[in-house]
Amino acid sequence: MSSISVFDVLGPNMIGPSSSHTAGASSIAYLAWKMAGGNIKSVTFTLYGSFAKTYHGHGTDKALLGGILGFKTDDKRIRDSFNIAKERGVEFEFIINEEETDVHPNTVDIHAVTEDDRVLDVRGESVGGGKCRIVLIDNVPVDFTGEYSAAIVVQKDMPGVIKHIAETLSDRNINIAFMKLFREGKHERAYTIVETDSPLPADIKDSIMENQYVEDVMIVEV
Amino acid sequence: MDFKKAEEMLNLCDKEGLTISEIMKMRECEQFETTQEEIILKMKKAWEIMKESAQSPTENAVKSIGGLIGGEAKKLNEHRLQGKGIVGTIMSKAITYSMAVLEVNASMGLIVAAPTAGSAGVVPGVLLALQEEYNIPDDKIIDGLFNASAIGYLAMQNATVAGAVGGCQAEIGVASAMAASAATELMGGTPRECADAASTVLMNMLGLICDPVLGLVEYPCQNRNASGASNALIAAEMALSGIKQMIPLDEMLECMYNVGRRLPVEFRETAKGGCAKTPTACNLCNKKL
Repeated sequence: MSSISVFDVLGPNMIGPSSSHTAGASSIAYLAWKMAGGNIKSVTFTLYGSFAKTYHGHGTDKALLGGILGFKTDDKRIRDSFNIAKERGVEFEFIINEEETDVHPNTVDIHAVTEDDRVLDVRGESVGGGKCRIVLIDNVPVDFTGEYSAAIVVQKDMPGVIKHIAETLSDRNINIAFMKLFREGKHERAYTIVETDSPLPADIKDSIMENQYVEDVMIVEV
Repeated sequence: MDFKKAEEMLNLCDKEGLTISEIMKMRECEQFETTQEEIILKMKKAWEIMKESAQSPTENAVKSIGGLIGGEAKKLNEHRLQGKGIVGTIMSKAITYSMAVLEVNASMGLIVAAPTAGSAGVVPGVLLALQEEYNIPDDKIIDGLFNASAIGYLAMQNATVAGAVGGCQAEIGVASAMAASAATELMGGTPRECADAASTVLMNMLGLICDPVLGLVEYPCQNRNASGASNALIAAEMALSGIKQMIPLDEMLECMYNVGRRLPVEFRETAKGGCAKTPTACNLCNKKL
């Protein structure tokens, strides 16, 4: 995956108190917010491992809710995310799961519904020092960190889709840094995660959607 | 240009005749296609946040959200200003500032994770103390931060900096190793002396568990930031005096990682063991609930 920067070591600039339990948590939810591509009307967070055991004292709940509201790690509104969510009419719930232990120590599942009724299910892991990664989308194992501009393409696993995505980016002179395909099975639903060196223009989604097998495209610019 | 191990980094320093901070700046520019100006600017911003969080609580005590800490930096500062200190100015300032940052952090204030929030006080504490005592200009301190980040990078690359994975030794231990290396370079040490200083710290803090009372990043975390800061100064002093370490940094990082992964889960940030399970902490826990 991507290289470690000095600002991954000395950083993030963040609201305390915990890089893994506060900043990392808000980053996961912030990524989910970006992936949802719109404001959330309801959200359920399921916490595992150390998140489940110590979320309250680390402000993990405030951070997760802040992230799904679109707040970055150094945004002081994180402290008030519960009140802000209520003001905005966002329904939220936290579920503690201490039975499931075969997970990374700092894991959260996010089930979010947008204002236009799109549903997003992701699992994120906070891997230390404020870093995080998304490891499941709709129960399909993926690997995605949000460190690059990214397009997450939901598609039917059929010949030509990858070529179409690559050509669409190539036509815009966008260089692909990483490209990975994850699928449920042959000819079933698949996810292509394309991370690029330069920002993705807003209308690239429509161009990628032109292929008949592409069901959805999430553009994530962090 | 890139390196994954301390030995590769040191060989690059030898070959190019450069310091660790210079090599780290070069690596950053190459790996992320950016310029020295940009990364120095970004690091200056981090240093400003660090200084603010290290200094502000020495005059204005901040109470933590969990209520376990607050006012320690002010006490230490006054103790030193009254001439009552017993550890000398550098050590006194280093522990004062490192504890101050944790007060800011625990009150949901703005800090720079270094490498984590729970260990955010060590690097600024040591560097600000050195800066004030030796009149080191900000530009040099910025170099110190690049040096520190090289050690932190090696730890993230080859081990872990998450308390939930490797215990406190991975957080305060690494922060302290970073500060020790930076202090060594700032005070004229060679790259190999920097690595020796980092190695010394990891050795001296090996096995330290993560056992936050009530699960909060407050206590004993704040004390351990002071401990990390002083350990960094001890290790830097040893390295600068010419004491060599038998076990190289790469091996100590691997060793720390192996020890960390074998710590029972009770000792990895779950608040189920260590200080968190002492009768006093448990009484507090019952009271809170």
